[in-house]
Amino acid sequence: MELVESMLAGSERSLARLITLVEREAPEVPEIMSQIYPRLGNAYFVGFTGPPGGGKSTLVDRLTAVMRARGFSVGVVACDPSSPFSGGAVLGDRIRMQQHYLDKGVFIRSMATRESRGGLSRAAHGVLKLMDAFGKDFVLVETVGVGQTELDIMDAVDTTVVVLVPEAGDTIQTMKAGLLEIADIFVVNKADREGADYLVMELKQMLQMNPKQSWWQVPALATQATNDIGIEELYLEIERHREALQGAGRLSLHRQEQRRREFIQTIEQRLMARLLDLAKRDGRLMASLERVERGESDPYSASMQILTNKTILQSWLAELEMEG
Amino acid sequence: MAEEKRIRVLMAKPGLDGHDRGARVLTLGLRDEGLEVIYTGLRQTPEMIVQAALQEDVDVVGLSCLSGAHKYLFPAVVEQLKAKGVEDVLVIGGGIIPKEDIPFLMKKGVSAVYGPGTSIKEIANCIKGKVKRK
Repeated sequence: MELVESMLAGSERSLARLITLVEREAPEVPEIMSQIYPRLGNAYFVGFTGPPGGGKSTLVDRLTAVMRARGFSVGVVACDPSSPFSGGAVLGDRIRMQQHYLDKGVFIRSMATRESRGGLSRAAHGVLKLMDAFGKDFVLVETVGVGQTELDIMDAVDTTVVVLVPEAGDTIQTMKAGLLEIADIFVVNKADREGADYLVMELKQMLQMNPKQSWWQVPALATQATNDIGIEELYLEIERHREALQGAGRLSLHRQEQRRREFIQTIEQRLMARLLDLAKRDGRLMASLERVERGESDPYSASMQILTNKTILQSWLAELEMEG
Repeated sequence: MAEEKRIRVLMAKPGLDGHDRGARVLTLGLRDEGLEVIYTGLRQTPEMIVQAALQEDVDVVGLSCLSGAHKYLFPAVVEQLKAKGVEDVLVIGGGIIPKEDIPFLMKKGVSAVYGPGTSIKEIANCIKGKVKRK
């Protein structure tokens, strides 16, 4: 594929185009992915997640500067939410990264989450691979502002940084499952605000009470991204985590697990999309839908009636086969 | 299942004027029309806008200028986009643009110019009509 070749030869424009195709889940995606596959495995992926307004974009911006100063090339993938009403989106992460606009070593791409509810656009995995193939040393991925359960990021990156602010909560908040379990590194940003030291201490206590792995003690750092405080330390912690991961083949195991989930998820998504598409065109399904809408039948037994009806399922399979 | 084609717009403020209310109103309005809008903020040089448009692979670049420098800044963006091989992007302008400047801007490759009083719907419809996605 010509676009892939020119991207591999260094064309930013082709990279941008390929990202659009992947984002659109275009029919060319399997071909693109199989062609770049041999070129993958050189980039290191770092994810940033945490509540909205915590400073993720600014941290990514400052960390990019630190990485550039060390001679690494950097790709940035920044996600913002799509509107559940219009499907539109305002992508405003890039605005924090203006110092890198003209740097040839930095490629920034904003993505709307579209249908995804896990904090990351569904196509993000593919976009990360494109940036890897393009030759980026580091790819920094920023999720939308998340609450407690949008955890897609952990399946996409090698090191997950959870960014909190001093107002994030007390001991009990730090003990909750979800977001706080996926951190490889904690950052308490805006640390000039009251309560920052306290939260760092609370996090450290929680982490000591309940260590995640024997080989990695999750650190909690205080940063002030806008004042460039703590960024170098954050970079060093990321490198330390990378070294720990690379020890004893953990990184390849981690990526193996990610590939497994990605494979299953891709099948799930494609199959679901095609089945739903078929189902929506099926008059029998529409008839029960109308009964449910009118309140004549409850959604649970109505769906079971469809899903246990062999004739219906077989007709869907037959149609799937015909579509190839 | 291929995604339906979402239109991507880069909204930028070239030059030194510091007023972005108009650009922000339009950003929100286009979001509500189902478009994905990348807002790049104030005081952008044409180089920065072009680089962002290229990386984001947008369908439309919206330029807002209230300072009077549109006759320099808008054509500069169009020219640099062309120089980078980005020829299929729609460049539209808005802000305080005297009527007599519009033919000049259109000749320089700006596809449409919208002044105060234009409805968001009109702009959205224009974009949707003109973007025939590659």
